Amino acid sequence: MESIIQGKAFVLGKNIDTDQIIPAEHLVYSLSDPEEVKLYGKYALSGVPPAQSGLPEGNIPFVREGSFKSDYTIIIAAENFGCGSSREHAPFSLQVAGVKAIIAESYARIFYRNCVDGGFVIPYETAEHLAEVVKTGDELKIDIKANTLENLTAGKTYTLNPLGDVFSIVEAGGIFAYARQENLMNRTDS
Amino acid sequence: MAQTITQKILSRAANRKFVDAGENVWLNVDILLTHDVCGPPTFDIFNQEFGLGAKVWDPEKIVVLPDHYIFTANEHARRNIDLLRKFAAEQHLPHYYDVGSERYKGVCHVALAEEGFNIPGTVLFGTDSHTCTSGAFGMFGSGIGNTDAAFILGTGKLWEKVPESMKFTFDGQMPAYLTAKDLILQILGDIGTDGATYRALEFDGDAIHSLPMEERMTLTNMAIEAGGMNGIIAVDEVTEAFVKARTTKSYEIFHSDPDAKYHSLYRYDASKLEPVVAKPHSPDNRATVRSVAGTPITKSYIGSCTGGKLTDFKMAARILNGRKVAVTTNIVPATVQVARDLEQEMHDGKTLKQIFMEAGCNIALPSCAACLGGPADTVGRSVDHDVVVSTTNRNFPGRMGSKNAEVYLASPLTAAASAITGKLTDPRDFI
Ligand code: SF4
Repeated sequence: MESIIQGKAFVLGKNIDTDQIIPAEHLVYSLSDPEEVKLYGKYALSGVPPAQSGLPEGNIPFVREGSFKSDYTIIIAAENFGCGSSREHAPFSLQVAGVKAIIAESYARIFYRNCVDGGFVIPYETAEHLAEVVKTGDELKIDIKANTLENLTAGKTYTLNPLGDVFSIVEAGGIFAYARQENLMNRTDS
Repeated sequence: MAQTITQKILSRAANRKFVDAGENVWLNVDILLTHDVCGPPTFDIFNQEFGLGAKVWDPEKIVVLPDHYIFTANEHARRNIDLLRKFAAEQHLPHYYDVGSERYKGVCHVALAEEGFNIPGTVLFGTDSHTCTSGAFGMFGSGIGNTDAAFILGTGKLWEKVPESMKFTFDGQMPAYLTAKDLILQILGDIGTDGATYRALEFDGDAIHSLPMEERMTLTNMAIEAGGMNGIIAVDEVTEAFVKARTTKSYEIFHSDPDAKYHSLYRYDASKLEPVVAKPHSPDNRATVRSVAGTPITKSYIGSCTGGKLTDFKMAARILNGRKVAVTTNIVPATVQVARDLEQEMHDGKTLKQIFMEAGCNIALPSCAACLGGPADTVGRSVDHDVVVSTTNRNFPGRMGSKNAEVYLASPLTAAASAITGKLTDPRDFI
């Protein structure tokens, strides 16, 4: 696992639900066919109402028209990110668009599990109200070992909550990698 | 050590005497549920991780109920059904309910109950966030993603953090104008959409135990709308009668210990509560129907796992009987069984179906339909600036189709009353 994640911030508000992350009409594409997979990147965060997309100004598309990748690597959000349906297409679409980490004040459980167990993006929590101070486009740097976030544009550093219990799954790259490593995939044990 | 009902069920599944809230434990899973949206990617991951030709852990414990995108010409959606069919055949899954066949059921959470898969004391995981619905049967039900589901497919196990429980007690009698939907919208307004994240919502009290199973399912269904891991109601005679009529499996009944620890306790007097809605665009945006009465609507939608069960239609029929709707009103039975019941169940000498037809409603085929928007040709999908009153469970922006539409979540009584006037209307105006 890399120890530094660096890139541009895309800032969102609270209660970003999975219908906003990937609207239901797009759930029909294959998650394994490489050409169709690209569409998940294209439509990532396409359900966010324009005024809330890319705060503080808003009206910033997460993925530019005609592109399948986003210019943004780190999502900053307020509380309850990923609420709503269980669709794993949500963290997947963010990964396909190029997101490496999300930093939110809190997450909905299924989304959080999906991020960790699927090894899609790292879901960091923080007590800081980052969505109010970070601006979309700011250059950010996450130090995974130190659990810190540096805003290179604003020259500020913040503390992230340690990943705790799930760190070993994140580090392994998902539940399957972790289970293999820990020998948990033996079906006859109980 | 004292435990809540949720802790006891998870202890059993973890082969332990006691599990504490906050602990991560590995659980033996009793049933894995999946559907047409999340089944194919789950099977893909399973084949990648366990190898092509690998066998699932236990075909008897896998239930595949296609329900989301059923009656559509969308090619991708149809391909998903083909993928389910193929996997079910390869793995010899006995509980696959194929689209277009006599076995087709409809919305998975309601079909699970009808088919006797909800067994008290057991652990169910499903690739759908409303898997918590089954908690109405004194069991643990919770939603997961495809990767977790693929892991269960191969191993029969999953890790989970034991949740703290929040207890919601409803005393008193339910007035005729009040439904389970009003109770859960009340709770959501009080605790918010993240008020129960990673926690169990335990429902108790005389008012709860006076409800039929289907109404109880409406409560536990929307536990996820507060971020809950599961919703749960202890087994009583009503539960046992329902379960015994549908399965011969034996089961274990758990109750919370009187001194079990709770995160928080809430108490309501059901007789004092009023019909409420959740205003756009969040299930916790509660208002009394009276306070928003008169807001013009363009559609009424009665359907989904939350509001498309027989009891929901019985309630709607009470109001629609002998009246005409003023706006497009879609009646979407959750399952084939519910659709059949609409033709059998009588009210005032007419079948429910007759009542709805005479009122001018559209009756759609059983599936999730516009509850989640769906492909462009989905029945009831919201368009442009529609204002919809709906018995579904989510009103996030774009959830029912159009991003510009506004959705008011309401009980079937409120949805029916509003359909008649073309404005949000308190059901007490008609009862
Ligand atoms: S009816 Fe709606 S909420 Fe229920 S399973 Fe279908 S899409 Fe989900």
